[in-house]
Amino acid sequence: MNNYILMMVTAIFANNILLVRFLGNCPFVGVSTNLDSAIGMSGAALFVNVLSSCITWMVYTFILVPLELEYLKTVAFILVIAALVQLVEIILQKVAPALYRSLGIYLPLITTNCMIFGVAVLNVQQKHTFMQTLVYSIATAIGFDLALIILAGIRERFSLGRIPTLFQGFPVALITAGLMGLCFYGFVGIGQ
Amino acid sequence: MSPVITAILVMGALGFCLSLFLGIAAKLFFVEVDPRIEIIADLLPGANCGGCGYAGCSDYAEAIIKDNVPPNKCVAGGANVTEAICSILGVKVSLEERKIVRICCRGDNEKAKKNFIYKGANDCYAAILSTGGDKACKYGCVGLGSCVKACPFGALSMGDNGIPVVDETQCTGCGSCVEACPRNIPKLFPASQKVAPLCSSHAGGKMVKSVCSVGCIGCGICAKKCPEKAIKMVNYLPEIDIKRCNGCLECVKKCPTGAMVDLINISSNNQEENQKADAA
Repeated sequence: MNNYILMMVTAIFANNILLVRFLGNCPFVGVSTNLDSAIGMSGAALFVNVLSSCITWMVYTFILVPLELEYLKTVAFILVIAALVQLVEIILQKVAPALYRSLGIYLPLITTNCMIFGVAVLNVQQKHTFMQTLVYSIATAIGFDLALIILAGIRERFSLGRIPTLFQGFPVALITAGLMGLCFYGFVGIGQ
Repeated sequence: MSPVITAILVMGALGFCLSLFLGIAAKLFFVEVDPRIEIIADLLPGANCGGCGYAGCSDYAEAIIKDNVPPNKCVAGGANVTEAICSILGVKVSLEERKIVRICCRGDNEKAKKNFIYKGANDCYAAILSTGGDKACKYGCVGLGSCVKACPFGALSMGDNGIPVVDETQCTGCGSCVEACPRNIPKLFPASQKVAPLCSSHAGGKMVKSVCSVGCIGCGICAKKCPEKAIKMVNYLPEIDIKRCNGCLECVKKCPTGAMVDLINISSNNQEENQKADAA
């Protein structure tokens, strides 16, 4: 149990997937302009991440390893993730059209999101058990959501502030993201 | 079995299972979309000007199909687009006359009195909020070009004397500038309208006289002299019933300040000037 808690804290803070491992930075900058779509993206990312990690782990453990096809894991994982994202898209379009529209292009982009694929690969590289895979994928997705929502909250405030013309839009977002990354590096020292 | 064949078989089976799964999901969560919406959205100009009263072209296309909104509201696309949409819907074409925007103020830097020199933010709203605008006339054009910035078709430009100029060949009558003006100076008129008062002042004659040399003083001479009784004075400004107006230009000739303007001639004059400018 202790191990799981430690794993979660590490994945959320010390090894935050966005700010320390730098995976999945496209939606981090792209969808963080307003809080609503950031929360929607967080939900979608959490769902896809957990589901794809579990399924890719099963595909790897029960299909690829017994047949000695480990070298195919990149192709197989991408296939699984793409199908899953497509599934999420179909369901969202039916169940929550407003969320579907606000996510726009970023939902299909989860297909090639480095975080989703990265977590899937990390799981098999670190030889996680299924339970560990589940916990690790939830934790990394929460880390992703945390950073994304914090940045979206900050960027919403920017619309009220006076920002020099030169820095408006992406420049100031990137600077903020960099400073957030520095803050999260502070967590690396925990437990040492 | 060689590893190559195993690999091909495994990946093929994996792909097949996933695609089967997706196919079932697509059937289960099928969202019915009328294919005509997309076709109509493609036909519309895609400028998202909002002239039809909807948020954008695709919104309007959706409204045409779902809420039976008449297909003739796209002012930017004009008759061609309306006809094309009508042919898809299978309804008869009903055209709305083309509208052109006119700047209903001629009080430029020379003709209108200014109270002070404004050096604030270059935006009509900002000027009115902070100082009420530099002109003495509180109905007149502020002259900072919020309408020019709002025009999605590049039909407006700021004239030399601080009053926007309409390029009638470019104007689609979408009304973006009407929305953008804090004082309702740009107004939409049917393209065939022959005369109009290019002044927006609801102030009385003495007041107008003291601040502008081309403002409408509300004397009502145009209304009295009109042989067709097409002009009615409302709140110190003439209103023209275009169905009655025969284009005799009596009102233009009799107007003591020149606020009533012959629109047809203005257009041809403008066009000649444009041509001269192009030639030069």
